[in-house]
Amino acid sequence: MLSLTSRRDQLYALFIWTVALLVAAVPLMMLWDLLYQGVPQISLDFLLNDPLDAGRQGGVRSLLISTAWILGICLAVTLPLGLGCALYLNEFVLPGSRSAHWLGLSLDILSGVPSIIFGLFGYTLFAVYLGMGFSILSGGLSLACMVLPLFIRTAEQALRACPISYRQAAVALNISHQGFIRHILLPSASDGIAVAIILSTGRALAETAVLIFTAGYVTRLPDSMWDSGRSLSVHIYDLAMNVPGGMDNASATAIVLVALIIVINSSVLFLIKRWKNKIQKT
Amino acid sequence: MRSSFWLVNSLKLAAWLSAAILLLILFFLINESLPLIQRIGLMRFFTDESWHPLSNLYWLVPMLLASFYMAVGAVLLATPLGVVVAIFGHYYAPELLAKFYRGLLGLLSGIPSVVFGLWGMIVIVPFIVQWMPPGASLLAGIIVLTIMILPLVALTTDAALKRIPITYMRTAISMGLSRWGTIRRIFLPVAFPGILSGVVLQSGRALGETMAVLMVSGNVVQIPSSLFQPVRTLTANIALEMSYAMGEHRLALFCSGLLLLCLTIALVLLANYISRNHHA
Repeated sequence: MLSLTSRRDQLYALFIWTVALLVAAVPLMMLWDLLYQGVPQISLDFLLNDPLDAGRQGGVRSLLISTAWILGICLAVTLPLGLGCALYLNEFVLPGSRSAHWLGLSLDILSGVPSIIFGLFGYTLFAVYLGMGFSILSGGLSLACMVLPLFIRTAEQALRACPISYRQAAVALNISHQGFIRHILLPSASDGIAVAIILSTGRALAETAVLIFTAGYVTRLPDSMWDSGRSLSVHIYDLAMNVPGGMDNASATAIVLVALIIVINSSVLFLIKRWKNKIQKT
Repeated sequence: MRSSFWLVNSLKLAAWLSAAILLLILFFLINESLPLIQRIGLMRFFTDESWHPLSNLYWLVPMLLASFYMAVGAVLLATPLGVVVAIFGHYYAPELLAKFYRGLLGLLSGIPSVVFGLWGMIVIVPFIVQWMPPGASLLAGIIVLTIMILPLVALTTDAALKRIPITYMRTAISMGLSRWGTIRRIFLPVAFPGILSGVVLQSGRALGETMAVLMVSGNVVQIPSSLFQPVRTLTANIALEMSYAMGEHRLALFCSGLLLLCLTIALVLLANYISRNHHA
């Protein structure tokens, strides 16, 4: 351990402890405030009823279903496209080559683009030019554009962790490249890819600005993916900003959303742990 | 390995399609803003006397300044706090507490921005009202944004500290150097490029943040003369007006989106440049 003997050093240590403890108090306080405001509204009925009176009364059932639809569409696009891109980067692009540079750079920039820009883009391309209107489909597609870089980067890391000996064995056995990808590479990286999927789901679940102008505001249960649907996050925003007296139900919805995200985060931690154990064994 | 034509080309297609999204975004934003820019030129956005898009007045400066003040304020507050938290986790906290901190930061970085905004409306704004009405203000925005980007600054700093070779630590211990002295004179300078590129990335995030800022900062179009005045950022302006904007008003919003996109791209490139020049 580095020494902590001088008086000055101890003062600095005290200062750092204080700041760190104060900083940790903020999120705990935040959780407490939300629970305090929202918990009285939460019950099984809250989850099983549709919102009434612009969301002041009733629950969040139709919003949970709309959110699930939006996430489903987002993942249905992100998964094949992102996995394809990650496989291409891992299998066919030499590190340091020109395509590695340009692909990597555009993914880096894309992951820094503000979400409201994805909203504008999704509105123009999907809702207007492709004629999907305010629908779950255009919301899910716009969201997919946003989470794609995160998914690709995480999946790429998972693929890179595949031991070189697997590849050498595959070459020695003269297995075809698609056989190697399908039967060796993807199974060995499956936990890491699951982490990528869950991380992207968490990011998509948290997003609001993209969905306001693409998936729309309608609170009723969507009939199909061409229907407009309101996600949980948009519901929180609308209740807090546009509905007088909506604060309580906004907090309750926020608790539901944060609880979902905590479940997602902990399953990521669990999977990462399992994955690391597996890598150490091989 | 034997690769089939189909395999290579379908993966290649997926990869370039993903990368092409950026070009598509640029294309659509430019395509939408161009008619207005061609008609009135770029300078009008900076020289008109007010933002009244229905009367053809498109002054973006108040929103641009509000975004700028808010991002700078949040980064100035979050950077020292985030760095201290990361240092605490690495060099001061017992193992178990450090683990708890990492978990807490991970959790905090995953919390939706609307939830931060909601909390700001319930707690921060009423708190500022007692002190200096109207509450919903530049200050409230800065506080909420600080809390949002702090965990990200702490996590990137943490990653930069983790990359420092263990031999540095061993040498410092064997020479009997003091803890704070080692951190300040050795670890922080070594990790500096990593920390800096993280901070630049987070300023991009702060500049582009919409929901939390929209919910707590009052949304009045004006150049703030104090921290307690309500302001409207570029992002909040787009989110608020897009739902009803028609015609040239809508085009003006796309122009402000394009401006925002260019700023964030510049920040990402800067962060990339910093981290590449110091790690390679």
